[in-house]
Amino acid sequence: MAEQAPYGRVTQKKPAAAEIHILWITAGLGCDGDSVSITAATQPSVEDVLLGAIPGLPKVHLHNPVLAYENGDDFLKYWYQAEQGKLEPFVLVVEGSIPNEKIKKEGYWAGLGTNPNTGQPITTNEWIDRLTPKALAVVACGTCATYGGIHAMEGNPTGCMGLADYLGWDWKSKAGLPIVNVPGCPVQPDNFMETLLYLLYQVAGHAPMIPLDNQLRPTWLFGKTVHDGCDRAGSYEQGDFATSYGSSKCIVKLGCWGPVVNCNVPKRGWMAGLGGCPNVGGICIGCTMPGFPDKFMPFMDEPPGAKISTAAIGIYGQAIRALRSMTNETVNQEPMWRHRRAELTTGYHPSSY
Amino acid sequence: MGSATAELKKEDAKPGQLVEMNWDPITRIVGSLGIFTKIDFGKRKVAECHSTSSIFRGYSIFMKGKDPRDAHFITSRICGICGDNHATCATYAQNMAFGVKPPPIAEWIVNLGEAAEYMFDHNIFQDNLVGVDFCEQMVKDTNPGVWEKATKTAAPHAELHGYKTIAEIMTALNPFSGTFYLEALQMSRMTREMFCLMEGRHVHPSTLYPGGVGTVPTIQLFTDYIVRLMKYVEFMKKVVPLHDDLFDFFYQALPGYEEVGRRRILLGCWGSFNNPDVCDYTYQKMTDWGRGMYVTPGVVVDGQLVTTDLVDINLNIRILLGSSYYDDWQNSQSFVKQDPLGNPVDQRHPWNQSTFPRPQKRDFKGNYTWVMSPRWYDKRTGDYLALDTGGGPIARFWATALAGIVDIGYIKATGHSVKIYLPKTMSKPEVEFEWKIPKWSNAIERDRARTYFQAYAAAAALYFAEQALAELHAGRTKTWNDFKVPEEAIGCGFHEAVRGVLSHHVVIRNHKIANYHPYPPTPWNANPRDSFGTPGPYEDAVQNTPIFEENGPENFKGIDIMRAVRSFDPCLPCGVHMYLGNGKVLETHHSPMFGIPQH
Repeated sequence: MAEQAPYGRVTQKKPAAAEIHILWITAGLGCDGDSVSITAATQPSVEDVLLGAIPGLPKVHLHNPVLAYENGDDFLKYWYQAEQGKLEPFVLVVEGSIPNEKIKKEGYWAGLGTNPNTGQPITTNEWIDRLTPKALAVVACGTCATYGGIHAMEGNPTGCMGLADYLGWDWKSKAGLPIVNVPGCPVQPDNFMETLLYLLYQVAGHAPMIPLDNQLRPTWLFGKTVHDGCDRAGSYEQGDFATSYGSSKCIVKLGCWGPVVNCNVPKRGWMAGLGGCPNVGGICIGCTMPGFPDKFMPFMDEPPGAKISTAAIGIYGQAIRALRSMTNETVNQEPMWRHRRAELTTGYHPSSY
Repeated sequence: MGSATAELKKEDAKPGQLVEMNWDPITRIVGSLGIFTKIDFGKRKVAECHSTSSIFRGYSIFMKGKDPRDAHFITSRICGICGDNHATCATYAQNMAFGVKPPPIAEWIVNLGEAAEYMFDHNIFQDNLVGVDFCEQMVKDTNPGVWEKATKTAAPHAELHGYKTIAEIMTALNPFSGTFYLEALQMSRMTREMFCLMEGRHVHPSTLYPGGVGTVPTIQLFTDYIVRLMKYVEFMKKVVPLHDDLFDFFYQALPGYEEVGRRRILLGCWGSFNNPDVCDYTYQKMTDWGRGMYVTPGVVVDGQLVTTDLVDINLNIRILLGSSYYDDWQNSQSFVKQDPLGNPVDQRHPWNQSTFPRPQKRDFKGNYTWVMSPRWYDKRTGDYLALDTGGGPIARFWATALAGIVDIGYIKATGHSVKIYLPKTMSKPEVEFEWKIPKWSNAIERDRARTYFQAYAAAAALYFAEQALAELHAGRTKTWNDFKVPEEAIGCGFHEAVRGVLSHHVVIRNHKIANYHPYPPTPWNANPRDSFGTPGPYEDAVQNTPIFEENGPENFKGIDIMRAVRSFDPCLPCGVHMYLGNGKVLETHHSPMFGIPQH
């Protein structure tokens, strides 16, 4: 008797692409912190994605140097295959700032592999030039790749920048996708894996174009500010500010830029709902933002706007705290009719006992 | 494996003929590294090795003129797996320069965070990155004979870790499918949760500051940490014997394997985990509080402990140029002529270094790397020693064992070994491990020490948690002391990054950073031949490494070389590259770039 497919199999959707490769370049000017960070993700985890824990998606082949089995040419062959159009489809992930190789007479700021004709390193920029036209989508992982980040600070010798500065902010892939920026220094683990998962759904044909803001960030992750999600915002509202690090109060006067920074870390925690930044006593230094780091330095100084806002809320806050304290005292006492005396004073007047 | 050019078959390689083999990039490390070798397939030995690094960022340049309070936030970004080690070391240098000492509970919180970092990083590097070099897939690809033996060899400690044969251990290490590979990956998340509790977020901490921490100490904070710590302690009781079984097997199955990655015993350890009872961050008392650290600083030469004095260690650091893309600074300005104790400071010391990058074409006969060559000047002989860290743990253990100072019950240094006590956990009784000083400074012993150090960090954390709770219960919960940035100051921080020695040297003028030079462990390990011609540690450890791999040049994976290089736990956001050659006999010399390339 022929085996019948289970009835429920009708629910399972085949992805538009059966397999997809992820080519991950870590050879920007970076620290590999974003690659390390994604190994901390659980929603989804790297192995969830690679071992097919989530249905309806293409089989994913990850080529990231930090995790790869292969070495050297064995590893780099995928880069050459992609360049020749033999690794279709692939998503290119870029990590690290993009250097400016045109500002000097010779040499290289960043390279990956060796050009067999010249014997010189192939610059990272050269790889970006070769691969972006062939990629289904391009993702910039971490603030270095999205906006330049730390290595692009004032006085830097390499003239580095973010991927959109290099390719153009209006750049579109051959499939019509803009650059997808997932900033963070490093990127928050689940923010990146969740974005990657969304792109896999999109590539599979199960989700529409990923919604991005003007800085090319996924809107559902970066639409709110640190302040919107910080559990110390209550102390801000009550004009109750820390004057020393280690306090559990709002640290805006100690250097926190939370009110103007697009980031969800205090809301979702750093990992498994634990940790974060101002919600655990670490001033927000704006690491998801294009203006990072220069527009937030010196980090430990009170942001200029905070002087005004904290003064303004001080008067309201003090008054409100006093009123709330009174109400709090009232509601910390039980109603008077809960006692063990031999009389019922609840407001009920019995006639039968 | 081979590239497009004509491949030299094993039969074609004449005895004594050198075949160029290069691996670029080396994977399963952090950062970019390339190694160029010449292999003598006839004698089955690596005849030459050069390593290069191909990324430059310029920290020492763009930090000039910045506010010194920002240094720890900025320098954290030097490294994406151990950035917090940099941030911590930077706060040590800041504390010295600003003249501030954090309250004790802050020190314990930092120690707990850094212990969690070691527990995390060694775990993921050993069992998700290095472990792949010892997994079933890799061993079958490179030494099928060894795989056969492994299937027939019982694991001596099977009752402790559950894997009956060595082959079962190897299968469990297969990337993404191996049970132990996946268990280690999940453990690496739990250890990072512990880290986040103390330092906010990983890898670049949010709650560290000069003067202390912003972490709020509560009952909940320490409970959350301790509950996770005890799970890790239980895990260690299986992880240590598992690796002993695996590494001992390689010595038996491949006699002579002790020569893989072997080099002269020249180890440096700059100490870790400050003791708040003795550490006041002043340079004047640094000799004493250095010796009070819970990992003892030291330089070990040919098995002898030469010093445990951080002032001595500091003054003898020299940065040499060899084959790197920089102009020299010998005749440039001197920032610091004397240390705070009146000792003269050399122009080649990090306090006085100026970084002048000169990007140029790679030329293996000339300059070929962004790495400089740190050396340690040995007053006894006048030698500039190419110290290595062995990837961190082996040097930490060797110095701590010989010094015989550390005794916190959970850890005891005996003069020839280190005892590590782990108490009873949910399903396993108490255990005491003992790391004994090995005969060789080689790949297997570096790897073994890494696993043991995971247990060391866990044991140390048990002690730190007790101390922190004592401060909490006594009501001493202030975590930060205020300071003012002086107009002129110098500072230095000494710490152990996961992979070994880490120093940060700062000079402040006009309230701003005038000079900043960090020296992480990988420059010490991965540097090129210096101006005296002394090769760097990777180079001399890989050179003279015998080849045990059963493949010839056409399928060569260079697994013994990979094990040798990865035993140093390379972390070079300034890497070196090795590319697979294709049988051409070529002369290429790369000097790993090292130096502050990544700064």
